[in-house]
Amino acid sequence: MPFIPHTPDDVQHMLNTIGVNDIDDLFDEIPASLRCQNIDAIPSGLSEREVDKILRQRATQDTYQLCFAGGGAYEHYIPSAVWEITTRGEFYSAYTPYQAEASQGTLQLIYEYQTMMSSLTGMEVSNASLYDGASGLAEAVLMAVRANRKIKSRKLLVAGSVNPRYQKVVNNIVKNQNICLETLSYDIKQGNIDINSLPAIQDQYVALIIQQPNYFGQLEEVDTLTDWAQQHNMLVIAVVNPIALSILKPPGEWGTKGADIACGEGQPLGIPLSSGGPYFGFMTCKQSYVRQMPGRIVGATVDKQGKTGYTLTLQAREQHIRRSKATSNICTNQGLMVTAATIYLSLLGAAGLTAIAEQSMQNTRTLVSMLAEKNITCQFQGHYFHEIVVKLPCSAATVINALAQQNIIAGIDLSKTYPELPNTLLICVTETKSHQEIRHFVEQLHAATLIKVG
Amino acid sequence: MLIFQHSSKGRQNKAQIAITAPSNNLVPEHLRRKTPAFLPEVSELQAVRHYTRLSQKNFSIDSHFYPLGSCTMKYNPRACNILASLPGFTQLHPQAPLIMQQGFMACMFELQEILAEITGMPAISLAPMAGAQGEFAGIAMIKAYHDARNDTARCEILVPDAAHGTNPATAVMCGYKVREIPTNLEGDVDISALKAAISEKTAGIMLTNPSTLGVFERQIKDISDIIHKAGGLLYYDGANLNAILGKVRPGDMGFDVIHMNLHKTFSTPHGGGGPGAGPVGVSHRLRPYLPVPIVVKNKHSDNTFTYQWEDEQQHPQSIGQLSAYNGNAGILLRAYIYARMLGKEGMIRVAEYATLNANYMMQRLKNSGFEVTFPRRATHEFIISLRYLAKHYNVNAMDFAKRLLDKGFHAPTTYFPLLVPECFLIEPTETESKEAIDAFVEAMQEIAEEAKNDPNLVKNAPYTLPVQRLDDVKAARELNLIYTTTNID
Repeated sequence: MPFIPHTPDDVQHMLNTIGVNDIDDLFDEIPASLRCQNIDAIPSGLSEREVDKILRQRATQDTYQLCFAGGGAYEHYIPSAVWEITTRGEFYSAYTPYQAEASQGTLQLIYEYQTMMSSLTGMEVSNASLYDGASGLAEAVLMAVRANRKIKSRKLLVAGSVNPRYQKVVNNIVKNQNICLETLSYDIKQGNIDINSLPAIQDQYVALIIQQPNYFGQLEEVDTLTDWAQQHNMLVIAVVNPIALSILKPPGEWGTKGADIACGEGQPLGIPLSSGGPYFGFMTCKQSYVRQMPGRIVGATVDKQGKTGYTLTLQAREQHIRRSKATSNICTNQGLMVTAATIYLSLLGAAGLTAIAEQSMQNTRTLVSMLAEKNITCQFQGHYFHEIVVKLPCSAATVINALAQQNIIAGIDLSKTYPELPNTLLICVTETKSHQEIRHFVEQLHAATLIKVG
Repeated sequence: MLIFQHSSKGRQNKAQIAITAPSNNLVPEHLRRKTPAFLPEVSELQAVRHYTRLSQKNFSIDSHFYPLGSCTMKYNPRACNILASLPGFTQLHPQAPLIMQQGFMACMFELQEILAEITGMPAISLAPMAGAQGEFAGIAMIKAYHDARNDTARCEILVPDAAHGTNPATAVMCGYKVREIPTNLEGDVDISALKAAISEKTAGIMLTNPSTLGVFERQIKDISDIIHKAGGLLYYDGANLNAILGKVRPGDMGFDVIHMNLHKTFSTPHGGGGPGAGPVGVSHRLRPYLPVPIVVKNKHSDNTFTYQWEDEQQHPQSIGQLSAYNGNAGILLRAYIYARMLGKEGMIRVAEYATLNANYMMQRLKNSGFEVTFPRRATHEFIISLRYLAKHYNVNAMDFAKRLLDKGFHAPTTYFPLLVPECFLIEPTETESKEAIDAFVEAMQEIAEEAKNDPNLVKNAPYTLPVQRLDDVKAARELNLIYTTTNID
């Protein structure tokens, strides 16, 4: 009877108080015809020790040596203190902070988080998180449609260099409200949006979605794009990597007026890769749009004696108050992940974050030069952050499979999503890789291409 | 104090900064950040101490009895966290080659099978990342089903007035209009009102059973027949699954789609507001529309197995991906570990003891003079109304809730469902002992006495927490959402 504390005496006493003979009598409101006969397809219970054995065996099976895949989920070193503190029971097993006086720990932490994310993105306000980067972008799209009253069309323009998984998820979430995305093609030489292609665009759009660095790791001309979009009555939605923001111009400073909404994947900030989740989506915006924001927001206030305290605020936007007129149906968000990210940012500070971004960039350049020695070159010519697209003399699948045999994750095969980019591999190098590891990877990758050619 | 107020300019946590050659600035000048982000400059100890102290300002299951109705605040077994945090799982990149994911995928496949059996639904997708996204998936599938049949006049979703706010909000996100159905005095759906609301516009109905009123909807089979006959589908909000595990299954009640909150029934942590996980199960007719990815097990000629992800390619009618990858994978792992420890016998006992605890607590509160709103039988939770105290002593449910905090108990859910005045929705869960429940009942009795003898004592509560009652109106009117160095003392 795992985790149920009742002794036989307790049960008898409780049944007597209720006035029934048997626990089964408590289910007398369920019509007999509906009663479940059995759930035999579920295995019998195991002790913790037995489950431990199964899980350890399976975790060991999934262990690998080196990871060079990114594409939206990035391997960064996570300081030990991050999860040691995050998994304290007082954070781990607390509910949503609706009873503010009994939740000051979580609430103050979220206020600190909102401050950090607003500063990183150069925006004025932040919410308390969304599910992940992709669904967070979908919420940003819905928010832009509500906020941009000048444009009546329900169309948005999305840079073709935005993470294709995000584009898919956004479409799946917003299409039922007759909102659609149209793609702005990327330049196949530079791997980003060609600003000379903008004047040809004539239609009216609610917003322009730009990712910086983009899915290919390349940098976009964000100032020009932002100014152009805003001159055409569009809002600008910035999709950004929070680590890169320590060295890249924050969305709030893009162009003359700054982006209107910034969002992105919070995973790089101390969240393990963990097969894709749980991560968290962050969202910040200009103050004037705060009432259109989805999800929870924490505000500072005072108690009866004038002491500072924190509470959930602007709840009239949310589903538990506004029901069908809420800004989103989101309720539970990713609170524990935000806890980890806030501790991560505190442990690193701006200097630590910058060091990680610069080391990652440097390592990626080391990779590029080592690959060049083997005559393996980059697909794109532009500026890049910590990810690059390389051209292979064979299919990416061949290389990925060969390196998997060496316990190395080589990267992401782009040819399935981009038919115009055959034999290309998206590779990411973060601060976690040493010179020797990059060298080893390049040797193995080169060897894999030779097998095919030979 | 805020973490920023512990900062000193130039302080660095050197353990986290590798000693490497300084890199030239590699970013072109016009794309570069000019001023560093406003982040704390603290030592590792300062950060650890600050966040440890903050944690101590929280109530949590690990420290307090937390009988929040409809939230199922049961014990979160430590093994689930430790085992799901094994490096083999946490270090796995979501786009790793399949041969490196087989251990994780085995767990996900088996979790799908367990959830299918416990819900009576033939197919499961683990993709949705929380209850509200599970609801979204459910209603989006209903829409996809009607659209595929060119049955496009159906533009309304029926929702009982007692439903959780996510239900109507979800229907709107899927492009539907919401039509509310009243509840009768017994806490059941008003069948005549339901019949009157049904038309060729009805796409489906969203129901919770046991309902948010803490009672089992006895006419569920009739409701199911009425909706199906009109061409609509039934969506089951699985927020309240804890009371019926192994006792009755949504699939057998006639539902077409269900979402489950694994952070309730399957004991994954609430984490101060997530992450959750909201898998969906469907009947055969909705199977083609399930969100992806889905794990399948392939048997080979040499009797070995491999697991594979299926996506839109294998499921062209799917409502698609709802997250960038595989949903909240690490949370799904915790639920799997919990399910394996419980097993089928344990799951049935969860329902039994959750129901026993709720009925015992309801009876004890009733005996102490509290007004139980639907006294016929509690499921895993029940409602009391404090309107008598509000009317005669001007002590409302919120005052009562705050006083409970002083007594060392997290308050039950207050003012939900909206149709019961001055209510508490109380859910003790199966992991609480008789002693804990008895102590809670005693605290309730004490506060009721205080309300009568010294109402101001209750009205001004709490006194023993890090802050006293907070000014919510000020928080909303004078927005202070980020620290600017001058706006917090």
